[in-house]
Amino acid sequence: MANERHDELGLSDEQVLDMYRYMLLARKIDERMWLLNRAGKIPFVISCQGQEAIQVGAAFALDRDKDWLCPYYRDLGMVLVFGQSSKDQMLSAFAKAEDPNSGGRQMPGHYGDRRFRIVSGSSPVTTQLLHAVGVALAAKMEKKDHVALTTFGEGSSNQGDFHEGLNFAGVHNLPVIFMCENNKYAISVPVEKQLAGGSVAARAQGYGMPGVQVDGNDPLNVFEAVKAAADQARRGEGPTLIEASSYRLVPHSSDDDDRTYRRAEEVEEARKKDPLVQFKAYLMDAGVMDEEKESALNKEIAQEVDEATEYAEKAPYPDPEQTHTHVYAE
Amino acid sequence: MPVISYIEAVTQALREEMQRDERVFVLGEDVGVRGGVFRATAGLIEEFGPERVLDTPLTESAIAGVSIGASVYGMRPVAEMQFADFIMPAVNQIVSEAAKMRYRSNNSWHCPLVIRAPYGGGVHGALYHSQSVEKIFTGVPGLKIVTPSTPHDVKGLLISAIRDEDPVLFFEHKRCYRLIKGEVPEEEYTVPIGKAEVKREGTDVTVISYGLTLHFALKAAEELEKEGISVHVLDLRTLIPLDKEAVLEAVAKTGKVLIIHEDNLTGGFGGEVSAIISEQAFFELDAPVRRLAGPDVPAMPYSPPLEKEFMLNPEKVTNAIRELAEF
Ligand SMILES: Cc1ncc(C[n+]2csc(CCOP(=O)(O)OP(=O)(O)O)c2C)c(N)n1
Ligand SMILES: [Mg+2]
Repeated sequence: MANERHDELGLSDEQVLDMYRYMLLARKIDERMWLLNRAGKIPFVISCQGQEAIQVGAAFALDRDKDWLCPYYRDLGMVLVFGQSSKDQMLSAFAKAEDPNSGGRQMPGHYGDRRFRIVSGSSPVTTQLLHAVGVALAAKMEKKDHVALTTFGEGSSNQGDFHEGLNFAGVHNLPVIFMCENNKYAISVPVEKQLAGGSVAARAQGYGMPGVQVDGNDPLNVFEAVKAAADQARRGEGPTLIEASSYRLVPHSSDDDDRTYRRAEEVEEARKKDPLVQFKAYLMDAGVMDEEKESALNKEIAQEVDEATEYAEKAPYPDPEQTHTHVYAE
Repeated sequence: MPVISYIEAVTQALREEMQRDERVFVLGEDVGVRGGVFRATAGLIEEFGPERVLDTPLTESAIAGVSIGASVYGMRPVAEMQFADFIMPAVNQIVSEAAKMRYRSNNSWHCPLVIRAPYGGGVHGALYHSQSVEKIFTGVPGLKIVTPSTPHDVKGLLISAIRDEDPVLFFEHKRCYRLIKGEVPEEEYTVPIGKAEVKREGTDVTVISYGLTLHFALKAAEELEKEGISVHVLDLRTLIPLDKEAVLEAVAKTGKVLIIHEDNLTGGFGGEVSAIISEQAFFELDAPVRRLAGPDVPAMPYSPPLEKEFMLNPEKVTNAIRELAEF
């Protein structure tokens, strides 16, 4: 057993099981949100499905007590690992007052949580990269050894803020990790029409930092890359760009119909590499998990998601007066 | 009291705030070794080192975005846009991010940052080194917008901006940098954001202005005094939040109001001030509210007669006040 890949990465059986639990939890919360949306109970869903391994693998490689996140709208798995609960997600989905991200002001997926050093994000893509660079600059100025991790899609890697952010971090040698979650599509536009050079990771060369390509369907692969990047950043050796490849298993959002631009067979093919399926198989092979444990885990999560949904559905909306608060310091 | 220039007031405020608070740092293009293309940050790198006087790559969006990140972390960045004209690549960060950070996070996060930008014309700067850009931001709640006209106010307001808990756009009229000198106290002081100031008392016509045109109004008032016209001059100093009380008070002084700014007439801040007056002080008025502003052309041309045509000056202001006095 000592030769399993996770042992070599310094991860205990318990930790990899925990990784799987977070991946499954993210998937189940996400699936529930789609049901709620189709039932007309929540107006909008944007999904993590297919990207859980990236998000959970990366979050496990960071220090959850001091590192900072500037995530993007699909990072459900990541914010769960950093400390947000199922209830938090449902409160946000139902836009209730208690939503810790925004008090019901923002759409779901717009994470932000001071408790866990998750900086509030917006809808215009890629703006958060620069915020992570700013957090990293502050870390360097204050001689702290935390790192900032920021994520974005491959389509978003074409925005100016991507290039400005990487270059700034490269020039000033800042402790920041840029992680692209390449899910092959930007809404309907495939990756071939997004990346002239074919690779996001290759762009790192122009910005004086390592560009690392990893299999985003494998949380251990992602863990390893992010761990190396975080160690490097903590040593004062600067930023890293990571491109984690996966596939967006569902439409872009609840308002999208992906049958208009991709074939069902293509999605079916990708489902064979579903990170959850693959990681489950790995854990079974490694003898860390068995069917019994897995079904117990499923049950526990289903109950957790039920409770969270029920709680959030009953929770009060924000008072209309809240529309007018928190424009400036009060 | 020592007399210093408008730009020296900027430098003094930066230096004193950096001495007072370790978290304060400046960043921008050429702000380090060069001390800024206008020399507003001259001497700072020698005193505080390159870590706190950061020469950034030539990237306005990053200057704003990195400042946002550092400020949510708890630092006090003072970013310089080399010219207000070049704030455009940073507008997304300012409008979508800085302005909305507190609101969108339900008060969990906020951005205590300052973005300084030299604006305005009359320096042969042509289209892209002369613009007034304040109207692009005055309709964006979440931002504070400061437009001082004197060294005293520059220093006091910049210190307040740095200590403020919300994002402040600090617009410095570049024609004022060396032209305008004034007394500044030796001891520490601040000027509160959101407070206008009466710069001259009068009884016939009220002029409401800010920045360079405020000085044109003061010059005009001197001239017109000789003709027996008494001009009341209110310096807004801060556009957002606007000191409405001071505006209404100034209107009541004379019943005749001229609003002056270099920013274009249409969509310029004068429209907002005028609307407030008509809503809240209609019965104080003895004449229609007038505006004197930059013409509605895309920007200021280079050739001297064209630049002169665009710019306001004491003469144009004098004529506009006289006309209103005679109404
Ligand atoms: C600046 C900006 N332009 C357009 C949009 C609309 N939009 C939202 S997500 C998206 C596609 C993003 O694709 P990608 O970066 O690959 O991320 P993914 O959604 O695939 O994870 C677009 C065009 C936006 N949010 N922001
Ligand atoms: Mg994508």
